[in-house]
Amino acid sequence: MTLRRLTLFAQHLVVPVVLLLAFGLWSAQAEDFFFPPLTEIVRVFADNWLFDRVGSDLVPSVLRLLAGYAISVVGGVTFGVLFGMSRILRTATDPVVQFLRALPAPALIPFAMLVFGTGNSSKVFIIVLGTMWPILLNTLDGVRGVEEQQLDMARSYRIPMTARLAHIILPAASPRIFAGMRTSLGIGIILMVVSEMVASRNGIGYFVLQSQRSFEIPAMWGGVILLGLLGLTLSWIFVRVENRVLRWHRGANGLLPESDQSSKKAGSTARKNAPEVNDA
Amino acid sequence: MRQPVKDKGGPPSVAVPETAAPGARAARRPATGAWPAKRADLGIKLAGVLVVLAIMELCSRLGVLPRDWFPPVTSMYAELFRLIVEQPLWVEIGRTLRAWAVGIGLAALLAVPCGVLLGSIPLAYRMARIVIEFCRPIPSVALIPLAVLVYGTGLEMKVFLITFATFWPLLFQTIYGVQDVDPVARDTARAYGLGPSARFWVITIPSAAPYIATGLRIAAAIGLVLGVTSELVGGAPGLGRAIAVAQSAGNVTLMYALIITTGLLGLTLNSAFAAVERKALRWHPAQRQEVAR
Repeated sequence: MTLRRLTLFAQHLVVPVVLLLAFGLWSAQAEDFFFPPLTEIVRVFADNWLFDRVGSDLVPSVLRLLAGYAISVVGGVTFGVLFGMSRILRTATDPVVQFLRALPAPALIPFAMLVFGTGNSSKVFIIVLGTMWPILLNTLDGVRGVEEQQLDMARSYRIPMTARLAHIILPAASPRIFAGMRTSLGIGIILMVVSEMVASRNGIGYFVLQSQRSFEIPAMWGGVILLGLLGLTLSWIFVRVENRVLRWHRGANGLLPESDQSSKKAGSTARKNAPEVNDA
Repeated sequence: MRQPVKDKGGPPSVAVPETAAPGARAARRPATGAWPAKRADLGIKLAGVLVVLAIMELCSRLGVLPRDWFPPVTSMYAELFRLIVEQPLWVEIGRTLRAWAVGIGLAALLAVPCGVLLGSIPLAYRMARIVIEFCRPIPSVALIPLAVLVYGTGLEMKVFLITFATFWPLLFQTIYGVQDVDPVARDTARAYGLGPSARFWVITIPSAAPYIATGLRIAAAIGLVLGVTSELVGGAPGLGRAIAVAQSAGNVTLMYALIITTGLLGLTLNSAFAAVERKALRWHPAQRQEVAR
């Protein structure tokens, strides 16, 4: 058992270690301008991000991301529930929503600069504009997928609307809402970086672009690695929260206790990349 | 395991909202036939668009929103029409679309074989997992500076970024599609003595196809975002740069016309991919079931 675990562990680690070693050895003697030695990248990374620039670049970036994400979650769920419950509203807004969703959010950066200036609000606006739609559309589908019987039951027992929302509609839609939120998180990180690359004075995106423009290639790589770590951390936190909140759902589907590792993995991978944005 | 995955919006559910919708609607309003309902829907949709456009037009004309920032919608569309007639728009669209098509093509050529390999050999999947998990969350846009440095500000830079960004959804959709092959079908094929290569073409590829199609549709949207972004930030010629140039030149109407063009382009690509997906995979159980329901 322990031996089997050890081999599994080794299988997971062997490729990353070999790749890192190979890159480290190659870059140490290659003198390639674009690919500086690994040790150099690590040294510069430590210089910059432990913890010199954390307050000046990392924190503003993350705060803007969280602000935009929070607005999107609230707005997306609200409108999603609204559109999900009213057929007329849903049909009438459908073309506009589809248009805004298909519009690449970075194309609106010039617009945002015009209207909101170059401060925080324009960046938050861009993040909201990109992350709102997956949440909205998933909530909408989730709300439409609520079992008719449950709704009929609630109606015949004259359960008030607020209670119906809190106890029937939102819980039933929550797996879909989380699926949308997960898609949005990835989009949000991308938009955070893009918005900081155009007309900005701080942030990780700004730092990466500036490093490149001043030809500090190790610093640029450091920024890219930091972004990877940030993405990894945020999605890890997200999975923890999701598992916590949706525990009842997994349990009800028999997914949590018995299912073996591989099928759970496959399931979660699929959800990550599933077409959360359905085109109805 | 299959059922719950579907419930949570896994790939098979692509079809759920679309094909389930008419059934649900018919159940609720049994008196009306399919056609009048569809036409009524179209009317409501048109009305919705017109109301939004009219509100924007009025806000601009009446000065509720500052006119310098929000020119009337009619003038945006007049500008758009002028651009369409006078050609320059098509040149920009062509530049963006070319990089988009090459990038996604390359990504598909790389990702689908990798996905098939990783999906069918558990050992390979385990060995590659950490590398994949680390590379995937790196926002593709973070590589724009690197791409500009290495490839300059031309087509290659855009293609590199689009390929990198669209590789991941395609890879994961393929892996999942290959892993999700119905074990009964696989065992049956084996029992009937089909060889590995026959099993691959007859069982694995058809059952992974819907997932790959979904991956392509996701990739189409991401590819456009990356194309526009790399033009906007990296300065490669195309729609994105045209928008930035219009803005910095103070030609607000032109900027809006170009933004509308970009949105319409995204909409067209997305619906085209969705339509192809529906049409090509009509035979697939995931789609048939939903129709039958």
